[in-house]
Amino acid sequence: MTDSKYFTTTKKGEIFELKAELNSDKKEKKKEAVKKVIASMTVGKDVSALFPDVVNCMQTDNLELKKLVYLYLMNYAKSQPDMAIMAVNTFVKDCEDLNPLIRALAVRTMGCIRVDKITEYLCEPLRKCLKDEDPYVRKTAAVCVAKLHDINAQLVEDQGFLDTLKDLISDSNPMVVANAVAALSEIAESHPNSNLLDLNPQTINKLLTALNECTEWGQIFILDCLASYLPRDDRESQSICERVTPRLSHANSAVVLSAVKVLMKFMEMLPKDLDYYGTLLKKLAPPLVTLLSAEPELQYVALRNINLIVQKRPEILKHEMKVFFVKYNDPIYVKLEKLDIMIRLASQANIAQVLAELKEYATEVDVDFVRKAVRAIGRCAIKVEQSAERCVSTLLDLIQTKVNYVVQEAIVVIKDIFRKYPNKYESVIATLCENLDSLDEPEARAAMIWIVGEYAERIDNADELLESFLEGFHDESTQVQLQLLTAIVKLFLKKPTETQELVQQVLSLATQDSDNPDLRDRGYIYWRLLSTDPVAAKEVVLAEKPLISEETDLIEPTLLEELICHIGTLASVYHKPPSAFVEGSRGVQHKRLPPRAGSGESTESPDVGQSGPSEAPPAVIPSQGDLLGDLLNLDLAPPTATVPSVQPSMQMGAMDLLGGGLDSLVCSSPMGAGLGAAPAAMPASLGGAPAVGGGLGDLFDLGGGVGMPTGSYVAPKTVWLLAMKAKGLEISGTFARRGGIIQMDLSLTNKAMSVMTDFAIQFNRNSFGLAPAGPLQVLTPLSPNQTIDVSLPLSTSGPVMKMEPLNNLQVAVKNNIDVFYFSCQYPLSLLFVEDGKMDRQVFLATWKDIPNDNEAQFQIKDIHLNSDVASNKLQGSNIFTIAKRTVEGQDMLYQSVKLTNGIWVLAEMRIQTGNPNYTCTEPRIVYANLLHSQ
Amino acid sequence: MIGGLFIYNHKGEVLISRVYRDDIGRNAVDAFRVNVIHARQQVRSPVTNIARTSFFHVKRSNIWLAAVTKQNVNAAMVFEFLYKMCDVMTAYFGKISEENIKNNFVLIYELLDEILDFGYPQNSETGALKTFITQQGIKSQHHTKEEQSQITSQVTGQIGWRREGIKYRRNELFLDVLESVNLLMSPQGQVLSAHVSGRVVMKSYLSGMPECKFGMNDKIVIDKQGKGGTTDDSGKSELGGSGKQSIAIDDCTFHQCVRLSKFDSERSISFIPPDGEYELMRYRTTKDIILPFRVIPLVREVGRTKLEVKVVIKSNFKPSLLAQKIEVRIPTPLNTSGVQVICMKGKAKYKASENAIVWKIKRMAGMKESQISAEIELLPTNDKKKWARPPISMNFEVPFAPSGLKVRYLKVFEPKLNYSDHDVIKWVRYIGRSGIYETRC
Repeated sequence: MTDSKYFTTTKKGEIFELKAELNSDKKEKKKEAVKKVIASMTVGKDVSALFPDVVNCMQTDNLELKKLVYLYLMNYAKSQPDMAIMAVNTFVKDCEDLNPLIRALAVRTMGCIRVDKITEYLCEPLRKCLKDEDPYVRKTAAVCVAKLHDINAQLVEDQGFLDTLKDLISDSNPMVVANAVAALSEIAESHPNSNLLDLNPQTINKLLTALNECTEWGQIFILDCLASYLPRDDRESQSICERVTPRLSHANSAVVLSAVKVLMKFMEMLPKDLDYYGTLLKKLAPPLVTLLSAEPELQYVALRNINLIVQKRPEILKHEMKVFFVKYNDPIYVKLEKLDIMIRLASQANIAQVLAELKEYATEVDVDFVRKAVRAIGRCAIKVEQSAERCVSTLLDLIQTKVNYVVQEAIVVIKDIFRKYPNKYESVIATLCENLDSLDEPEARAAMIWIVGEYAERIDNADELLESFLEGFHDESTQVQLQLLTAIVKLFLKKPTETQELVQQVLSLATQDSDNPDLRDRGYIYWRLLSTDPVAAKEVVLAEKPLISEETDLIEPTLLEELICHIGTLASVYHKPPSAFVEGSRGVQHKRLPPRAGSGESTESPDVGQSGPSEAPPAVIPSQGDLLGDLLNLDLAPPTATVPSVQPSMQMGAMDLLGGGLDSLVCSSPMGAGLGAAPAAMPASLGGAPAVGGGLGDLFDLGGGVGMPTGSYVAPKTVWLLAMKAKGLEISGTFARRGGIIQMDLSLTNKAMSVMTDFAIQFNRNSFGLAPAGPLQVLTPLSPNQTIDVSLPLSTSGPVMKMEPLNNLQVAVKNNIDVFYFSCQYPLSLLFVEDGKMDRQVFLATWKDIPNDNEAQFQIKDIHLNSDVASNKLQGSNIFTIAKRTVEGQDMLYQSVKLTNGIWVLAEMRIQTGNPNYTCTEPRIVYANLLHSQ
Repeated sequence: MIGGLFIYNHKGEVLISRVYRDDIGRNAVDAFRVNVIHARQQVRSPVTNIARTSFFHVKRSNIWLAAVTKQNVNAAMVFEFLYKMCDVMTAYFGKISEENIKNNFVLIYELLDEILDFGYPQNSETGALKTFITQQGIKSQHHTKEEQSQITSQVTGQIGWRREGIKYRRNELFLDVLESVNLLMSPQGQVLSAHVSGRVVMKSYLSGMPECKFGMNDKIVIDKQGKGGTTDDSGKSELGGSGKQSIAIDDCTFHQCVRLSKFDSERSISFIPPDGEYELMRYRTTKDIILPFRVIPLVREVGRTKLEVKVVIKSNFKPSLLAQKIEVRIPTPLNTSGVQVICMKGKAKYKASENAIVWKIKRMAGMKESQISAEIELLPTNDKKKWARPPISMNFEVPFAPSGLKVRYLKVFEPKLNYSDHDVIKWVRYIGRSGIYETRC
């Protein structure tokens, strides 16, 4: 065996020589030549020139040679599609071979050749192979369907391969089942909404049976697939869990982790008081611990997952602290992860042990690890109050070591300890001050400056210390500059007499010599505060600080839930949702944990999790359909199709306003509404589906009979701001016109882990000058997972700017965390005022004066209403019927609308009675720019 | 799924490159070389994300194996697969080295084609693979139809790890209970953490498709039996003889041949074994571990340029047993200039390159103790940081299982062939080795 000779680079003319050898008559020589080609290919040389010669070697009865040629084909077929066709014949022939190994080889290789022309020829052999008598061929063919789908999804659907693949789930051979499941799961990923896998109790039962019999890899495919199933109730959930738990003893860690994923997910559905729930919790701990005796790479994957599990269900591993103690020879990535989990598991019961360990780690070699260990000591102090004193003394010991990065890290955490336990450990400040000179990292410097400023009254030479920092003010990082500014202002407020000069100096440095806007702004604010009202300044700057939370670095609950659904996968290693690192549509679906049976615990958050475009934030593309949906569509889902709006000019824009607005009042659903000769883009016609008709009925018949007390229709709330985009704040809302007052109804939900306060709202300039008429009334702080409903009255006296589309509204919401921006659309009917009924005479006169350019027509189909009901219905939204006449069996309604800015709109609506299925109303909508200044 | 698999030598040259998915290009090969193999810093994670492509790697001696993907794959599975790949290669051609890989590259490609289809791992049991991936292509054509279908049914079948029709003149099996005992002890002699991770390795040379049942002194099983019948609890002393009758197993995992659902419901271990050597089970215990050695360190700093170290080791097992290959490793500071060692037993040497005093003792009986003392001269340094004092570690081998595990039986049934459990020759051996056995000083 000296095949390594093929790797040695040869001189020029190699390709030429190879060509000759490939065409040699001697079998052995041929084979040697192909080997050389493959070796060259491996090291990255381009040997595509040899394509015809290599393909010529394909027809051989030597299996080894055949495999080599196939390997070559897979690599180069794409670059030589025309010549690749030459290989088709052999493939088709091989698919008929007596030897199942050869049949499988052919179908396996063909699927890897991504040439459209070959794909066509693949269909027939594949169909046969999917039904082959030999399981080895079937299991290969199952994967081949996934390959083909990757090349040409449409073809796979057209040829009915998906159904055949589904049938394979019931195959007698467990490996065929496993591969079919793998292929289906992958195909299903690219069709998020198709019910391709169609999991039901029967198929689940089949999968669970196959689970006991197939290879370790097959078990992983099946378990991963099971995890995407949603059991009907807690009993089914329990019975699946019972059948999955034996997998926890499998030697393959991936099988164990996938089983853990299924259990963690289905456990959500079990009532907590169930005995089985407790048993399951106990069963989960040992296998997780065992994963830590695997190879280091797997340990790493396991630890990243345990980190998630510990956050989700701390009770599982709370007694297992010791196994996470770091070993001297652990690779650094394992050490860092173990440390992270140790802190999460730290509690009063084990804190002594943990601290002793952490102290040990703080003397290790690896800088990152040591830093993290020091930081961990600080976190323990904050988490377990009883240990705070010991932690502080440990940190002081570490500071005495004078190791530069240890000292800096210690000072950063001591700052947090001061925040958590005010007025308790200030005696150590003296020690900290001794190390002032050795601090060279911004974070540590900023922390130290904070400490000096905060306790300025107890540090005799605080002014000197701060002054020393001031010398190199411009060389400091922004973090340090900001902190220094604040600290000196604090110092000034505490000892005003001696430090006047210092504060002058820092204020001028910050405001005049700095080009950092943040720094300048802060400087100016302090300056103005100090010069106008020093008492107020004191109240602001020296205000009591809110407590800091005990747990840090926790993953946001919605993300954590999603990651739990991805246990074992890359997402759980990165701690990021798949959409953050996977391109394209694959894996972008958000997964969620199932709701717990019998409790509304997690059902009350209709949050970010849902998949599909329906949750697209409203900021995306405003469709006219949306408008109309808002007004009329009561029980249909929010529109998914977005119709791009065409808005030719300012004037036309105004017309479009009407088109959209009125149409939305009269028509029913975003999919509906015929489009007349109107220039504005209008929703397409209704298909005449009964459900849709029902939606529209809401406006026309129900409303006509009952009458809406406050007038207009109010759309259900939609999500405007996603929690993921706003650090945990979710806002949904709608608009309403109640008794002549425009209101914005908002629901604010806190999905973050800390309390939110200080809400405020502001609008950007918009087409109709909408502006908040009062402040946003959120009186109590919003605690985590709480939702609050607020109604914000709006006025139309704000600044005006034409928006695109016209009814677009850009909103900024501020809270104690940050400022968030979103945009939404309001229904135009919001702006229809109550006194919009025009005098008949004026109407008539005006109607005649309207130029043709200002006219638009629409057709609205499938409205089963007579003119009176329609008229009543529209009046609820302040569209007033001025006159009615009947011409040739058609009812004509003449209507007027007045907008808040004084624009009048006149309309003619023609209703054809008699044909119940196709009642067509054709309102003639006219735009009049009259009485503008009224 | 796995998009591609590359094997590199230590220089970062590609030895094997197999791409399974269209989204992985040749540039991925270079990306890994540049960002991981040639990276200046030490590798901080076995998973690397470079330009939205994820690389999983493991290293065997100086060979890098990297799996590449652009999807959200099952990460645990990818690593398990890489280890399996190493096992398969080792089974075919021995040590994983650059030379061996180059010499067998055709075979490796053939294997990769078989065990990974479109990035999905397929049957990778060497027993099964060796029946049809033989590197004798011509021969495989001459399989009869029966042979062919036998191969495929084995590869895809329920018992993918064993082929039919195995015959031995002498039915024999060997059981090795291999344990590694891990300890972390404080300088004061307090056990910070201790556990045994054990493996039961079986070499089976049995004819046909034998049905086996394995029994050990698992506490749960013994307790269940105790409740079930025998009134006399002390009457079970015939099992161990060494006092401890049963042990509490924290957790165990099994080779895929073991019927897990049966273990889950009845806690019985039944299986049809692969032919030859394989690992039947792994287990972990933390309770009542016999720590074969105790290390008592004493380090004294005499001034700034001298350290005095005294270490006592005590053996803690039956005097009739002998421990072997004992090695104690005492770390020394980096600025050590000279070392004088005196030991009562064995040989001790200061190894400057390893920054440690290595003390070796060939054999040591139970209930004995031995001592070493050393004087370490230090060069004065102005390094402010104190010496980190790595722990004192120990290696040894003892002829018993520190967890106390005992094999109670391994029964073999082969109803189709006419040999019974009695005809099978069985061997059992216990070996306890040190895992990470450290005492802080």
